Amino acid sequence: MLELLWMVPALPFLGYIILALFGGRMTKGISAAVGVGMLGLSALITIVIAISFIASPPEGYLFLQTLWKWVDVAGFSPAIALRLDPVSLVFIFIITFVGFLIHLYSVQYMEEEDSTWYARFFAYMNLFVGAMLMLVLADNLLLLYLGWEGVGLCSYLLIGYWYKDPANGAAARKAFIVTRVGDTAMAIGLFILVMAFRTLNIQEILRHVPLVWPVSSQAVVITALMLLGGAVGKSAQLPLQTWLPDAMAGPTPVSALIHAATMVTAGVYLIARMHVIFLQAPEVMTIVGIIGALTLIIAGFSAITQFDIKKVLAYSTISQIGYMFLALGVGAWSAAVFHFMIHAFFKALLFLGAGAVIYALHHEQNMFKMGGVKNMLPLTFWTFVIGSASLAALPLVTGGFYSKDLILYLAFTGEHGSKLLYFAGLFGALITAVYTSRMVFLTFYGHEKTHLHNRPGPVMEVPLIILAVLSTIGGFIELPGTLGHFPLFSNFIQNILPSPGSGEGHEGIGTELMLQIVAAVVAIGGVFIGYLLYYKKPETVQNFKQTPSGQSLYKFWLYGWGFDWVYDTLFVKPIDWIAQVNKSDVIDLIYTAIAWLTRGFNRMFSFTQTGRLRWYAMGIAFGAIVAITIVVFL
Amino acid sequence: MTSFSMEHGLILATIIFMLGLIGLLSRKNIVFILMSVEIMLNAAGLAFVVAGSRWSQPDGQVMFIFILAMAAAEVSIALALIILLHRKFKTLDADAAHNMRG
Amino acid sequence: MILFWLIVILMAGSFLAWLSSRWSSVAPKWIALVAVLIDFLAAASFWIKIASFNYPAAGNTLIAGNKGLWFTELNWMWIPSFGISFHLASDGLSLLLVMLTLFIGVLSVLISWNEIQYKVGFFYFNLLWILAGIIGVFTAIDLFLFYFFWEVMLIPMYFLIGIWGSKNRIYASFKFFIFTQSSGLLMFLSILGLFFLHGKATGVYTFDYMQLIGTKMAPNVAMWLMAGFVIAFIVKLPAVPFHNWLPDAHTEAPTAGSVILAALMLKTGAYGLIRFVLPLFPDAARTFAPAAMILGAIGIIYGAVLAFAQTDFKRLVAYTSVNHMGFVLLGVFALNEMALQGVVMQMLCHGISTGALFIIVGALYGRIHTRDIEQMGGLWDKVPRMGSMAMVFALASLGLPGLGNFIAEFLVLAGAYQASNWTTAISTIGLVLSTMYSLRIMAKVFLGKPRKTWTLEDLNLREMIVMGSLTIVILWLGLFPNHVLYVSRASIQSVVNTVNASSTAAGQANTLLQDLPLDKTEKKNDDISLKQKDRQKEQIKIEEQIKTEEQLRTEQQIKAEEPIKTEEYMKSEEHTKGGIRQ
Repeated sequence: MLELLWMVPALPFLGYIILALFGGRMTKGISAAVGVGMLGLSALITIVIAISFIASPPEGYLFLQTLWKWVDVAGFSPAIALRLDPVSLVFIFIITFVGFLIHLYSVQYMEEEDSTWYARFFAYMNLFVGAMLMLVLADNLLLLYLGWEGVGLCSYLLIGYWYKDPANGAAARKAFIVTRVGDTAMAIGLFILVMAFRTLNIQEILRHVPLVWPVSSQAVVITALMLLGGAVGKSAQLPLQTWLPDAMAGPTPVSALIHAATMVTAGVYLIARMHVIFLQAPEVMTIVGIIGALTLIIAGFSAITQFDIKKVLAYSTISQIGYMFLALGVGAWSAAVFHFMIHAFFKALLFLGAGAVIYALHHEQNMFKMGGVKNMLPLTFWTFVIGSASLAALPLVTGGFYSKDLILYLAFTGEHGSKLLYFAGLFGALITAVYTSRMVFLTFYGHEKTHLHNRPGPVMEVPLIILAVLSTIGGFIELPGTLGHFPLFSNFIQNILPSPGSGEGHEGIGTELMLQIVAAVVAIGGVFIGYLLYYKKPETVQNFKQTPSGQSLYKFWLYGWGFDWVYDTLFVKPIDWIAQVNKSDVIDLIYTAIAWLTRGFNRMFSFTQTGRLRWYAMGIAFGAIVAITIVVFL
Repeated sequence: MTSFSMEHGLILATIIFMLGLIGLLSRKNIVFILMSVEIMLNAAGLAFVVAGSRWSQPDGQVMFIFILAMAAAEVSIALALIILLHRKFKTLDADAAHNMRG
Repeated sequence: MILFWLIVILMAGSFLAWLSSRWSSVAPKWIALVAVLIDFLAAASFWIKIASFNYPAAGNTLIAGNKGLWFTELNWMWIPSFGISFHLASDGLSLLLVMLTLFIGVLSVLISWNEIQYKVGFFYFNLLWILAGIIGVFTAIDLFLFYFFWEVMLIPMYFLIGIWGSKNRIYASFKFFIFTQSSGLLMFLSILGLFFLHGKATGVYTFDYMQLIGTKMAPNVAMWLMAGFVIAFIVKLPAVPFHNWLPDAHTEAPTAGSVILAALMLKTGAYGLIRFVLPLFPDAARTFAPAAMILGAIGIIYGAVLAFAQTDFKRLVAYTSVNHMGFVLLGVFALNEMALQGVVMQMLCHGISTGALFIIVGALYGRIHTRDIEQMGGLWDKVPRMGSMAMVFALASLGLPGLGNFIAEFLVLAGAYQASNWTTAISTIGLVLSTMYSLRIMAKVFLGKPRKTWTLEDLNLREMIVMGSLTIVILWLGLFPNHVLYVSRASIQSVVNTVNASSTAAGQANTLLQDLPLDKTEKKNDDISLKQKDRQKEQIKIEEQIKTEEQLRTEQQIKAEEPIKTEEYMKSEEHTKGGIRQ
C-alpha cells in the first residue's frame, strides 16, 4: 500500500489543475466537491499508508519512492523522490487531515463569493496542500525547496485573495518578500552543501556531515546559520516575523491552514530534519533557542494588546512556534514535532472558531465589538474554550499541557538545555494564558455588541468538534514520566529524531513533577489574571492605558515592538528612493554625453559649410598648401 | 633665342597662377571667377611647357594642347551653368547660391 | 545540409512574403508562418532523431561537442584565398538555441498577425531575415561567416524598430544600431587580429574556428583580442554599463521585435561567450573571470532595482532582461560545468518567460493603447486569462521552482558559488529584488483597484495558443530539464575542459568532491582517507560507466557491421565456390 504515496501530493495538484482550468465553468457545488474531495481522498490514502506503515513497517522505517530524475548536472542529480519515514508520516497526516477539515469548513465560510472566485479559492488551497506535502515528503533539499517556495507562492495568492483591496495585495507582497529574504539565506546554505557534497539528498548529507565537517568548523556553522535564516523567514520568527500579523488579511480558513497549522511550521520541519548539521554547530543551536525564547516573549506581549481576534491568534502562532524553536535549540527534536502536532490541532481549531464567530457576526473582527457570543453560538464557544485551554496548557486535560510541558522539561534538564531558556518559556506560558483568557472573555462573555447574522452550519461545526476532540486526546500519546511514562510519539520517531539526553532515574521524575506543577500553576494563574483584568475589572487596564507610559507601552506592543517601522526606515524607504532617483538610469548620461559631444562637434564643423563657392575654393587652396608643405618639409 | 632656366619659367607660372587664384578668391562676379580659372589653367599649361622644354620632350607641349581642349570644354559648360544661375538668382554674384550650407 | 536549408527556407520565405504583399495583404503572413513552421518542424525532427539514439539510457553518454564531434556539419569553400569557408555546424548547444529561435519565430509571426497593418510584406521580410541571421550566428563556425551573420541580424532589426515601433522609435533604433554595430566592429578587429596571429604562427591563414582553437599567443595580446570579442558580446548580453540600448530598443520595438530581441538576440551574446571567448582565450578568460563575475552581480542587482522603478510596463520587462542576463554573465565566467549548464537553461528559460511577458504587454497595448502602469489596475476581472498567464510568467521571472527559470538560476548560483562565494551571495540577493518587481507587475496591472475603466477583450484563441504553448514549455523545462541538459552536456563539458585544461591548478575540473575552501581547520586523518576513498569510488564508478558505454558502443558497432559482412561474405563465398550461374 505504500506505493500509493505519490498519490498523496498528486491528488491535490490534480485538484488544482482541474479547478484552475475549468473552475470558471463549474458550479460552486462541483468546485467544492473537487476541492474537498481531493483532500479527502488524500487524507484517506494517508490513513491507509499510516496503518500499513505502523502495522508492517518497511526496512529501517524508511520508504523511498523515486518518481523521475529531475536534474543531472556535473554529478549533481537530485530526483523527484518521495521519502516516507515516521516524521514525514506525522506531517502528512496532519497536513492532509487538518487540511481536509479546513477545506470542509471553507465550503460554507466562502459561500458568499461568486463561483469563479469560489473555484479559485479551492484551487489555490489545493495547490498549497500539494506543495506542503512535497515539502515534507521530499527526499532531497532541492525538492524541499520546491515545496518551500510553492507554499510561499500559495500564501501570497491566498493572502491577496480579495485582490480588489490594495491593502490585501500589500500584505501578500510583504509576506512573499520577507519570506524570500529567508529563502535567499537558505539558498546560500544549499549552495554550500552542493559545493561540499555534490548532492542535496537529505540522507547522504546527514550521513556525511559529521564525517567531513568537524564540530563548530566555519563551514558547518555558516551552513547551519543559512538554513536557520530560511527557517526563520518561513516560520515568522525574529527577525523576520513581521509578515504574519499582516497575513491575517486573507480569509480565515487560509489563516488556519497556512499560517497556523502547516506552512509556518516548515521551518521547524527543516531544522528537525537537518538536525545533524545543527548538532555539529552548537553555537547555532544556542542561537535557535535564543531566537525561540525572544520571539515567544515578544509575540506574547504583542498578543495581549491586539483588538483584532485574528491578530491575537497570529501573534499567538508566532509565539507558539517560538516554543518549537526553543525546543529545537535545546535538542528536543521530537518534542518540537510533538508540539507542532498538538499546536496544529488547537490553533486550527481556534482560527476556525474565530472564523465561525466572524462569520456569524457578519465579518466583525474587532473583539471589543463582540461579546456575549457564548449564548449565540454555544458549540463554537465550547470548542473555542477547549482550544484556548490547550493553548494556555491547562494541566492534564489538554494536549497543549503535555507538549508544552515536555518542551519546558527538556529545556530545564536536557543536555543542551539551559535554565535561562526554561524561565523564558515559563514566563511565556504565563503571558500565553493571559492573552488567551483575554481573548475568550472579550469575545464570548459580556454584553452582545454585535448581533447574530448567520449561523454556522454543520459543515463548519463538525471540523470544530473533531479538532476539539483531537486537541484534548492528542496529548495522551506522549505521557511523561510522572503519569506513567508512555512516550509513544517519541518512540515512533526515535530513529529519525533521537530524544536528547536528559537526567535519567527517579531524580528525573521528581524534577519533572515539580516542573509540571509549576507549569500548571503558571497556566491557571495566567487564566485567573486574565479573568481579573478583562472580565471582573476591565477598568484597571483602561486606566493604565490612559497613563502616558501605558499609552506608549500599549502602542509599542500593539505595533509588534516597532519592527515594521525599523524595516520600513532601513530597507523599504531607501530602496524606494534609490529606485525613483535612478529611474532614468544614471549610466544613460554617459551615452547621452557622447551623443551631445558629437552634436557639438557637428555644429562646430558645420560652420565650415557656408555654401559659398569662394570659401570652398579657399579651402582647397589652403589644404593644398598645407599638404605640399607637409610633403616637402616633413 | 636665349634658353632661360626652368626656375624662371616656373616662377612666372607660379606668379600667373597666384594672380589667377587671387582673382578667383576676391572677385564676386562669377564671370570674372571663370576668367581667373582660365588664367590658372594657362599658368599650369605654361608650367608644363617649361618643364617639357627643360627635359627636351614634346610631352609638355602635348599636355598644353590637352589643357586647351579641356579648358574649352570646361568653359562651355561653365558658361551654360552661369546662364542657368543667372536665370535662377537674377544675379551673377557667386555668393548668391549658398543654400547648400549647414 | 539541414542547417543550410533552415537558413535558405527562411530567406526564400522572406522574399516571397515581400513580393506577395503587392497582391494581397494576408498572403505575407501565411507565407511567413509556413516558412517558419517548416523550419521548426525540420529542426524538431532533427532533435528527436538525435535524442533518440543518443539519449543516455543507462548512464551518461558523451554525445557531441566541439573539437570535432558535431551532430551535423556543412563545409563549403567560399573565399579560399582568405581562408574563408561557408562552414556551419551544430552541436548540442547550437541545436538547443536553434530550436529556441524557431519556436520563438513561430510565436512572433503569430502575434504580429493583427498588429502590423503597414507594409506587411516588408515586415515579414525583415522578421524572417532576422531569424535567418540568428540561426546563422548560432551555427557558424567560420569566424568571418559568424561576423557576417552577426551583421545580418542587426540591420533588419534596425528597420523593424525604426519603421514599426512606437513614438520614440528613431532614437531607439539608432541607439540599438550604433551600440551593437560599434561593438561588433571591435569584435571584427579581434577576429582579424586572431587571423593574422594564427597565420604568422602556423603559416595557415584561416578563419576556421576549429583550427583557431589553441592558437598560442602572449598573455597581453590574448587579453586585447579577447577584449574585442568580450565587448561585442557584453554589449549584446547586455551587461551593465553597456546595457542602455536595451530599454529603449525593447520599449519602442513592435511586439514581435521585442520578443525576438529579448528572447533570441540577447542569447547570441551569451552563445558567443561560451562558444568563442572561453575556448579561444582560456587563460585570458580565467584572468578576466573574477571581474566578469562582479560585473554579472552588478547587472543582476542594478537591473532589478531599475525594473522596480519603472512605470512603463514594457520598460520594466526590458530591465528584467538585464537582471536575468546578469545571471548568464555570472555563470559563464564561473567556468565550471554546473554553472555553464545553468547558463544554457537560463538562455532557454529566459527566452520563454521574457518573450511571454512581452507578448502580454503587446496584447495589452493593442487593447488599451497605453503602457503606463499608473493607468492600469484591477484588470484581472476583465481579462482573467491574460492575468493568469501574466501571473505564471511573473512567477517564472522571479524564479519559482517548478518552472524552468528556477533550475537555471539555481545551477548558475550553485556553480558560481564554487568559483566565488561572496559574489554569488550578493547575486542571490537578486532573488529578493526580482520578487519585488515581479509582484509589482501583478499588483499594479492586474490586481488592486482599477484606476481607469477600460473595456477590453480577453485573449483570443490565437493568443491563447501562443501563451499556452509557452506555459507548457516552461513547465516542461522546470520539471524535466534533463531533456535539455543532456543535449548540451557534451558541448559544455568540452568547453569547460578546454578552459581548465591549461590551468596550473589542474584537476579542478576533474575531482568530484572538492576541497572545501571554507574549512580552514585541520582535518583528521580519518576524514581525509574517507574523502579520498569516496573520491576514488566515484571515479571508479565513472570509469566503469565509460567502459560499459564504450563496450556497448563497440558491441553495437560490431552488431551493426556483422549482418552486412555475413551477407557479402555469403555472396562472395557462393561466387568463389563456383557453380552459380553468371
